[in-house]
Amino acid sequence: MAVNGAVTWLRRAEEIDGYDLSASDSEEVHVLAVDDSLVDRKVIERLLKITSCKVTAVDSGRRALQFLGLDEEKEANGFDGLKVDLIITDYCMPGMTGYELLKKVKESSAFREIPVVIMSSENVIARIDRCLEEGAEDFIVKPVKLSDVKRIIDYMTTDFREGEERRRGINKRKLRD
Amino acid sequence: MDRNRLQHQAASMRRSLFDQGYLDEPFIQLEELQDDASPNFVQEIVTLFYTDSARLIQNIEHALNSRPIDFDKLDDYMHRFKGSSSSIGAKKVMNECTVFREYCSAENAEGCFRSFQQVKQDHAILRRKLEVYLQMVRQAAVSQTT
Repeated sequence: MAVNGAVTWLRRAEEIDGYDLSASDSEEVHVLAVDDSLVDRKVIERLLKITSCKVTAVDSGRRALQFLGLDEEKEANGFDGLKVDLIITDYCMPGMTGYELLKKVKESSAFREIPVVIMSSENVIARIDRCLEEGAEDFIVKPVKLSDVKRIIDYMTTDFREGEERRRGINKRKLRD
Repeated sequence: MDRNRLQHQAASMRRSLFDQGYLDEPFIQLEELQDDASPNFVQEIVTLFYTDSARLIQNIEHALNSRPIDFDKLDDYMHRFKGSSSSIGAKKVMNECTVFREYCSAENAEGCFRSFQQVKQDHAILRRKLEVYLQMVRQAAVSQTT
């Protein structure tokens, strides 16, 4: 299967044991961006689109959970097939903070594999540590730059592809034995 | 007017915005995010910023005029204001927000009032300058080289 671009892994992923990923129609990485600031949401959306990602931008942790289908009070409404590959969230938000959202995602068996990146205008070591310990993939200090986003998307797609290649390498050896 | 001249004027105005400390690096990033697919990106963000910050300014005014003053709420509003200012590279405004927050955490009402006047002033000046600048950019874009 000849597929261009960095996202071959999305198609292959459904063949890998242990991954209950539904087939994605698109080769694009789908990012769920969470930020209560109107300006920041628009900027992150643009940064992600320029990096060839599909973006869903929401204004609260609560809405993010609803979108994922994790909100206890509401059913996910008609967003099937739109698998989320990455969550990028602001830390300081009213209601549910980015940290609380991170925890909820990592506590869920269905979604804990989704990498979560935290953004914050405050460069506080204790905060960064706390997020990384809770399983955040990365922590970006705002204002977010294009290089930050590119780095994360590259890292994500490379990491997955390398992991997949390793697995295929192992399978090939088994066949030869 | 001749396109080259208009472009030159716009570039000059842009330079002075940076030289005078009104704008910083993040604004350059916004410009880099503008392209044929999103040709009005900078204007859209600037408009969003002013809509959003107008609301925050109202909230802050209201909070400052309430008795007793809720400094936590004030700080929260200002934190957001500072955040969006930072995202568009509005350096002077952002720095003044920092000053405000310092007075806020010290619960210094007088200091908050004074610094808020400065925030509003810088915010208004930047708005006018950006309007003029973006207008120049638009005019240059639609004009012709004679």
